Amino acid sequence: MTDATSPGGGSGPSHRWVEAGVAVLMALFGFIVIAGSLQVGIGWGPEGPKSGFFPFYLGIVIVGASAVNLMRAVVEIDRDRLFADWDQLAQVISVVIPTTIYVLAVPWIGIYVASALLIALFMKWFGRYGWGLTLGIAVAIPAITYLLFEKWFLIPLPKGPIEDLLGL
Amino acid sequence: MEDIVNLFHGFAVVIQPFNILLMVIGILLGVIIGVLPGLGGANGVAILLPLTFSMSPTSAIIMLSCIYWGALFGGAITSVLFNIPGEPWSVATTFDGHPMAQQGRAGEALTAAFTSSFVGALFAVIVITLVAPLVAKFALQFGPAEKFSVYFLAFCSFIGMGKEPPFKTVAAMMIGFALAAVGLDSVTGQLRLTFGFPELLNGFDFLIAVIGLFGIGEILLTMEEGLSFKGRAAGINPKVVLQTWAELPRYWSTSLRSCIIGCWMGISPAGATPASFMSYGIAKRVSKNGHKFGTGEIEGVVAPETAAHAAGTSALLPMLSLGVPGSPTAAVLLGGLLIWGLQPGPLLFVEQKDFVWGLIASMYLGNIAGLIIVLTTVPLFAAILRIPFSIIAPIILVLCAIGAYTVHNSTFDVVLMLVFGVLGYLLKKCNYPLAPMVLAIVLGDKAEESFRQSLLASQGSLGVFWSNGLVGTIMALGLIALFWPIIQDAWSRLRDLAMPQRSL
Repeated sequence: MTDATSPGGGSGPSHRWVEAGVAVLMALFGFIVIAGSLQVGIGWGPEGPKSGFFPFYLGIVIVGASAVNLMRAVVEIDRDRLFADWDQLAQVISVVIPTTIYVLAVPWIGIYVASALLIALFMKWFGRYGWGLTLGIAVAIPAITYLLFEKWFLIPLPKGPIEDLLGL
Repeated sequence: MEDIVNLFHGFAVVIQPFNILLMVIGILLGVIIGVLPGLGGANGVAILLPLTFSMSPTSAIIMLSCIYWGALFGGAITSVLFNIPGEPWSVATTFDGHPMAQQGRAGEALTAAFTSSFVGALFAVIVITLVAPLVAKFALQFGPAEKFSVYFLAFCSFIGMGKEPPFKTVAAMMIGFALAAVGLDSVTGQLRLTFGFPELLNGFDFLIAVIGLFGIGEILLTMEEGLSFKGRAAGINPKVVLQTWAELPRYWSTSLRSCIIGCWMGISPAGATPASFMSYGIAKRVSKNGHKFGTGEIEGVVAPETAAHAAGTSALLPMLSLGVPGSPTAAVLLGGLLIWGLQPGPLLFVEQKDFVWGLIASMYLGNIAGLIIVLTTVPLFAAILRIPFSIIAPIILVLCAIGAYTVHNSTFDVVLMLVFGVLGYLLKKCNYPLAPMVLAIVLGDKAEESFRQSLLASQGSLGVFWSNGLVGTIMALGLIALFWPIIQDAWSRLRDLAMPQRSL
């Protein structure tokens, strides 16, 4: 629920400023689009409208709409309303950080090893499962994926040094 | 008559054993997707899309559309048993479905939900069978200006009819269009908005956006809410099913009304979620048991489920006949068509008869198969939901990553997926709608192309969009949809002025 305030009365970032920040980021994106459109030309060329014609106006609408959203966020949103409390955000960030490391590691160690590590981390850290179950699932899921994709559907997935070593 | 012959030909295609097998696999996968939080119809289909690249388009669409039906059915299971809507469109089902489960009437609630889903879908498929070929035949005469006006209408309806603030919808939608514009310009062949990054040459693939926005974003939201599953037991047996079936015909008027609401909302791209709420709301107002809604009324399950399924199914009508998807999942299916080398839109009905009628026939059979499968396997799926989130979450993350990678065999896409995921979490929390953004990424190039072609023909005059009755009417409808909240407001004020005594 987007309008949930903290049940325990905890503290956290104010919804107003997060929403204002999102609007500013969107406006920034709009300016980038405008700049990019100007680079390729927004007027008429020999084949009609140039490449930047359509995106240029998109950029202007994005900036305009974001300005309205920014204003409404600042004026209309109750200043006491929380975006989420810090405990909740900590939960979210504790998923984002390992997942960031995971997606950055995939090109280097391959998707299978990275996936096994990610699953093991989650089960140990959040679930506090025993090593037996953790290792079992962490190995089984990539193994099933391997059979399904590489053997059955013949779709190769990224592999790393360990797969090379095993000769897979 | 010719269409009926084509339909029977379609049945012949679908009834091949391989296709029946795919249908059953699709429905089972779909129910799992619908049951698990973080995996929904749109991103579930997007993740599994690469698996179909090697199949024939007809087999592929049968499997993918059955995943969609399965996901629609699956949403009801979690709503009734766990009070957790597996999909946004099953939120309204929790209002009466879960109280019924608490009273030990879970079997009854589930049977009513599944049967209503089936009725809604069947109604929508009949509408598709009868209407889609006519719309397609009509749309064959469309030039670029008319094509653009149809896109215009679709996107204006999002702004005017959506429940999110209109300027947020506009911002989200235009960002989608801008993301679609990145890379090679299909008209002039020039590169744009890449700022020298070779990764951006091919632009942003909407499948990556769907997997990130809906899949990863949903997991982050679930983590924030700290879900714990406490479910009710699912007792469903033939006796309960038959008893409930005997009771259901009593609600035929609710059912019919919900079918019509659902089809209307599905074809105009409002989607299944508002359809289910609207149908529930109207049923509550009209029904003589309305005051008991929320305490476990079977009618309160029938109304939203029928409408959601009718909307979800009829969302495929504009996708097939006009090339304009009515929902994010329909958009993913449309992306699939492009990948399999088919051109979505009216020409499909002329050039790919086997495909179109195979798909329509599979909608009939898929929903019958779906009803039987969900009625017999509910306890199995309820058991899946009891797997703790700390095991399910990383597995879903891994599946999303694999799905994102396999779209273009690119690890950069996996990184992009995570960026979209965090973006999806922020946007969802700030009440920005994601569906118009995804649809804009899918349709951006086509909308721009038809816009520029129209302008080219008219030497840059916007008058081309009013140059004949047809395009003018569609544009006018678009403007009405765009300003609908203002028109509605003005209308109610006028009425108050005309009848001042009523307000006293």
